[in-house]
Amino acid sequence: MAGTNTTARPMRPAAGAGGRSFSFAALFRALRYMLAHYGGLFALVVACIVVSAAIMAYSVLFTQTLIDEYIEPMLATGSTDFSALASELLRLSALLVVGVAASYAYNRLMVTISQGTMRSLRTETFEHMESLPLSYFDTHAHGDIMSVYTNDVDTLRQFYGQTLPQLVNSAVTLVTTFVSMCLLSVPLTALSCVMVAVMLVVTARCSALSGRYFADQQRDLGEVDGFIEEMMDGQKVVKVFNHEDGARADFRAANDRLRESATRAQLIANLIMPINANLGNIFYVLVAAVGAAMAIGGVGGLTVGALMSFITLNRNFSQPITQISQQMSFVTMAAAGAERVFALLDEQPEEDHGYVELVNARVLPSGEVEPCEERTGTWAWRHPHKADGTITYVRQAGELVMDHVDFGYTPNKTVLHDITLFAKPGQKIAFVGSTGAGKTTITNLINRFYDVDDGKIRYDGININKIRKGDLRRSLGIVLQDTHLFSGTVMDNIRYGRLDATDEECRAAARLVHADDFIRRLPEGYETRISGDGAELSQGQCQLLAIARAAVADPPALILDEATSSIDTRTEEIVAAGMDALMAGRTTFVIAHRLSTVKNADCIMVMEHGRIIERGDHDELMAQRGRYWQLYTGGSVGE
Amino acid sequence: MNALLAPMRRYRKEAALAVTGTVGEVVMEVFLPFIMAYIIDEGVEAGNLTAVLAYGAAMLVMAALSLGFGMMAGYFSAKASIGYGCELREKIFDKVQTYSFANIDRFSTAGLVTRMTTDVTNVQMASQMLMRIAVRSPIMLISSLVAGMAISLDLSPVFFAAIIFLATALGVIVVFSTRIFNVVFDAYDDLNASVQENVAAIRVVKAFVREAYENEKFRAAADKLYRLFVRAEGLVALNNPVMMLAVYGCIIALSWLGAQLVVGSSMTTGELTSLFSYVMQILMSLMMLSMIVVMLTMSLASGRRIAEALDEQPDIANPAEAACSVADGSIDFDHVGFAYAHGDGEDVLQDIDLHIASGETIGIIGGTGSGKSSLVSLVSRLYDATEGTVRVGGLDVRAYDLETLRDAVAVVLQKNVLFSGTVAENLRWGAPDATDEELWAACDAVQASEFLCQLPEGLDARVERGGVNFSGGQKQRLCIARALLKRLKVLILDDSTSAVDTATDARIRAAFDTLIPGTTKIIIAQRISSVEHADRIVVMDGGRIDGVGTHEELLATNDIYRSVAASQAEGTGDFDIAAPSAAQD
Repeated sequence: MAGTNTTARPMRPAAGAGGRSFSFAALFRALRYMLAHYGGLFALVVACIVVSAAIMAYSVLFTQTLIDEYIEPMLATGSTDFSALASELLRLSALLVVGVAASYAYNRLMVTISQGTMRSLRTETFEHMESLPLSYFDTHAHGDIMSVYTNDVDTLRQFYGQTLPQLVNSAVTLVTTFVSMCLLSVPLTALSCVMVAVMLVVTARCSALSGRYFADQQRDLGEVDGFIEEMMDGQKVVKVFNHEDGARADFRAANDRLRESATRAQLIANLIMPINANLGNIFYVLVAAVGAAMAIGGVGGLTVGALMSFITLNRNFSQPITQISQQMSFVTMAAAGAERVFALLDEQPEEDHGYVELVNARVLPSGEVEPCEERTGTWAWRHPHKADGTITYVRQAGELVMDHVDFGYTPNKTVLHDITLFAKPGQKIAFVGSTGAGKTTITNLINRFYDVDDGKIRYDGININKIRKGDLRRSLGIVLQDTHLFSGTVMDNIRYGRLDATDEECRAAARLVHADDFIRRLPEGYETRISGDGAELSQGQCQLLAIARAAVADPPALILDEATSSIDTRTEEIVAAGMDALMAGRTTFVIAHRLSTVKNADCIMVMEHGRIIERGDHDELMAQRGRYWQLYTGGSVGE
Repeated sequence: MNALLAPMRRYRKEAALAVTGTVGEVVMEVFLPFIMAYIIDEGVEAGNLTAVLAYGAAMLVMAALSLGFGMMAGYFSAKASIGYGCELREKIFDKVQTYSFANIDRFSTAGLVTRMTTDVTNVQMASQMLMRIAVRSPIMLISSLVAGMAISLDLSPVFFAAIIFLATALGVIVVFSTRIFNVVFDAYDDLNASVQENVAAIRVVKAFVREAYENEKFRAAADKLYRLFVRAEGLVALNNPVMMLAVYGCIIALSWLGAQLVVGSSMTTGELTSLFSYVMQILMSLMMLSMIVVMLTMSLASGRRIAEALDEQPDIANPAEAACSVADGSIDFDHVGFAYAHGDGEDVLQDIDLHIASGETIGIIGGTGSGKSSLVSLVSRLYDATEGTVRVGGLDVRAYDLETLRDAVAVVLQKNVLFSGTVAENLRWGAPDATDEELWAACDAVQASEFLCQLPEGLDARVERGGVNFSGGQKQRLCIARALLKRLKVLILDDSTSAVDTATDARIRAAFDTLIPGTTKIIIAQRISSVEHADRIVVMDGGRIDGVGTHEELLATNDIYRSVAASQAEGTGDFDIAAPSAAQD
C-alpha cells in the first residue's frame, strides 16, 4: 500500500549479516568517488606510505649492516674505533626521521581525505534525498532510509579512514619486505613463502567456517533483540496480565539459542588469532633453525647479520597478510554499505517540466494584472505560450478543478476513478469516507506529490503539469494530521511557512489561528526550543503550530487533514477554531472528521473505493439518506 | 558494579582457564627470543649444528605449547564472554519483570532496550578483551622488560626511556582525543536527528518547498561534523608516527650502546638481536594497552547503565501476609492524592473521594491531563497513591497479593499492544487454560468474531509484531477480549474503543451487561455516547473530581460536561470510522 496514513512499517532485517548479495562494483565506485575529490592528495598518501615502508624495511636491514660490517669486523680485529659506526648511525637517524615524518604525513592526510569524502558524500546523499519524489518515501520504510545514514555511510567512514590506508600500507609493506628478504636470501624467502601459504589456507578455512556460524548468530541475535524490543514496549501490558513468568520463559528460550550459536561463531573466530600468531611463531623457529644451519654450513653465503635481519623480516612478512585478512570483513561490509548509499544516489529525482511561474503582480484599473518587482501581496501566473511566443498573466485566485482524474500508485491498481470536482475561489470542499477511500490521494495529486494517470487538474485554469512545482506548492497551504515540527524555536517553526516573514508577521499568524495564547504561556514564549517530534508540546499544541505555519504562508488555497478524535475535546475546540480562522476566505480541500467542518462546507464529497459516490451540502446529503446519512448517524456500517 | 560481576560467577571456571591460557601463551612467546640468542651464540657463532638443532627443537616445542595455550584461551574466553553476555541480558530482563510502572517510566522503554542490546554487547566485548588482551599486554610488557634486563642491565635505561616516552605521548593523545570524540558523537547524533526529521517530515518540506533551506541547514551541520572529526582524528593520526619514533629511537640507541658492549665482550651478538625483539614487544604491548584503555572507557558507560537497571529497587512489592482473594468489585478512593515519581512533583490527583459499589458501571470523562488514567491505574496498584487509600473489595490494595489483585482487576490500557504470535495466544494471556469456545465467546462480546471469521486461520491467525496487520479498531477489540477472559471483578477500559465506531461501541457495552453483569465497569472515554448510559459519570478536571452524576444530572449541573456534550451533540463527530488511530498505536 502506497497510502500515506500508516506510520508503522515492518523493518527490514539488518542487511549484510550473512548474505553476500552485493558486488564489489559499488566499492570501486566509492573509491572513484574519493579519487575524484581527493585524487592528488591520495597519490601523495601512497607516496608517503611507500617512503615510510621502505625506510622501515631499511631499518630492519640495518641489523645486518650493524653486525656484519661493524661488530663482526671489530670483534675480529679487536678495534675500538666507533667513529665509523657513529657517522653511520647519524645518517640512519636522519633517514628514520624522514620515515617518521612520512608516516605522520600520510596518517594526517588520510584524515582530511576520509573526512572530506564523508562530508561530500553525506551532503550529496542528503541533497539528493531531498530531491526525490514523494513516492520514494512512501515505498521505502523510513527506518531503511535512516539506516543509509546511520549504518551504511558509517561503514564507508571505516573504509576510507582505516581499511583503505591499512590495505595500501599492508600491500606496500608486503612488497618491501619481500624484496628485502630476497636480497638477504632467496632460499629462505622461498621457505617463508611456503609457510605463509599454509597460514593463508588455514585462515581461509577458519573464516569460511566462522562465516556460516556468524550468519546463525546474527539471525538469533536479531530474534533476541526483536523480542526485547517487543516485550519492553508491552511491558506494562505484561504487568497488567501477570504474564511475567511467561515472558521470562520465552526470553530464556531465545536467549539460550543465541548463547549456543554465538558461542560457536565466537569460538572459531577466537581460534583464528592464536592459530595465526603461533603458526607465525613456529615458522619463526623453523626459519631460525634452517637459517642457522645454512649459516653454519655456509650455504648461500648467509651471514649472521643477514640471518638476524631475515628472522625479523620474516615476522614482518606474515603481519601484513594477517592485517589484510582482518580488514576483509570491513571490506565486505563497506561494499554492502556502498551499494545501498549509491542505490539512494541513483534514485531518479523528482522531475519538473513546469514553466508557468508565480510572480508579484499589480492589479490594473481594468481588472487585469501586470507583473512587478516589489512584493504586493498579489500574485499572478506568468504563462508563456510556446505556440505563439506570447506571455499572459493570470491573477492567482485559488480556483481548483479536477477533470475526470484517474490515478493509481502502481500501474495496475487504480485507486481513484474518474474524479471530477470544481472549487471556486474561497469555497470549502470536504471529503468524508472511510480509510482507504482515496481522500488523502486526492490531496497528493493537487500539489503534485504524485502525477495523475489520466484527466487534468487545473489551478486558476492552468494545467498544474505546466506550473513549476515549487510555485504550485507555494500557492497551496497544507496542514497534515501528523504535524511534523522541526527542531528549533517555536518562532522558527512558524517561520517555516515563509522564510522572510518578520517576527511580527509570525506572531500575527499565531494570533489569527488562536495559537498565540498558549505560545506566550510557554517558558520562553516564542523562543522556546522544541525538538523535532514536539515532545515538549501536547498534540493539540503541535497542531496549532502547524496551522500557524500554514497561516504565515498565506496561500490562496489550502489542503487540510483534520486530526481524528484522539485529542481531548477542549483542545480540539481551540484547534478547530484555528482551522476555521485559517480557512476563512481560502479555497480549502479538507479531509473532514468534525461535524462543524462538514456542515460549513460548500460541498461534501463522500468517497468510497476511490470514487465520489455522493456529493452535495449537508442538508442535501442528509435528505438522500445514503452513505453520508449512515456515517452521520453512526448507522449500521461495519468495517 | 557488584551487580555486573555476579553473572560472571557461573562462568568463572571458563574465565580462569581463559586467563591461564593467555598467560601461558605470553610466557612461551617471551621465551622464544631468549632461546634465539642461544641459537646465534652457541650455534651459529660457534659453528655448532647440534646446538642449533637442540635449541631449535626446544623452541618448536615452546611454539607448539604457545599454540595450545592460545587456542585454550580463545576457546574458553569465547565461552565465558558469550555466556556472560547472555547471563547479563537475562538478569536485566528478569529484573525488569519485577519493575513497577514507576520503575519502567524512570528508564523508559527505549532506555531498557538499549541496556539489553547495545550495552550488553559492549560489556560482553569488554569482558572478552579483559580476559585476553588486557591480560596479555601487561604480562608481555613486564616479562619482556624482565627478559631484556636479564640480558643486559646496562641497556635497561633505553627500555625505560622508550616506555616513558611512548606512554606519555599515547596518554596525551588518548585523553585529548576522547574529549573531542565525545563532542563529535553528539554532533553526529544531531546530524542524524536532522536527517530523521527530514525523512519523517518530507511532506512538509516539499509542501513548503523548503528543500534548499534544509540542504543549507544540513550542509552547515555536516561542515561542523567535518571540522570536529578532523580535529579528533588529526590527533589520533599521531599514534603511528609516535610509535615509530620510539621504535627507531631504540634501534639507534641499542645499535650504538649494544655495539660497544658486544665489542667490549660484555654481551653477545645473539643477545643484542634478542634485545631488538624485546623492545618491539614492549612497545607493541604499550600500544595495545592504550587501545584497550580507550575501548574499556567506552564500555564503562555501558556497564554503568546496566548496573543502574540491575540495582533499581522495584517500588511496588508484595506485602508480607498478602490477601489472596478479592471479596467483590467495590472500589473506594478515600481522599486519594497522587504524583508521578518521575514527574515534576506536581500532584496529578488531589483529594479524590469516590466510592463505587460492586457491579456499578462508571463513566469517566475529562480533558487530557485531567487525571483519568492516573485515577484508574491506582485500582490495580500499577502505581501507589501518595496520599489516602484505595480499597478494592473493602481491603486496601496494598494488602493484596499483586497477582490476585491484578487477576481480579482487568485494565485495558490506553496504549495497548498485541504481541507477535497467534490471536489465540494473545487472548490466552488473560486465561492460559481457556477453551476455544471461551475465546470465541469473548470475541463475540467485543464484536471481533466477524472479522476473525473472515480470516482463513480464525483464532490461529498470525499477529505481526505490534499487531500491525490489524486495524486500530480491531486491535482495541482484541485487547478488550483478552481482558474479558480473566476471572475479573473489575473491568477498566481506558479510552479503549476510540477507534471503534459508535454502533459497535454500543453493542460491546450491551454485551458487557449480559456477559459480566456483576462486574464493576469503569469506562474512560472521549465520546459522550460511550458513557452516557453509565450508572454514574465522573467528570475530571485538573486532577480533581468536578462532578459526579447521571447523564441527565450532569447536563443540568456541570458546565464542563455540558460543553463537551454540546460539541458532540449531533452525530458521532467522527467520520473516519475505520481509521486506525496512528497516534495511539
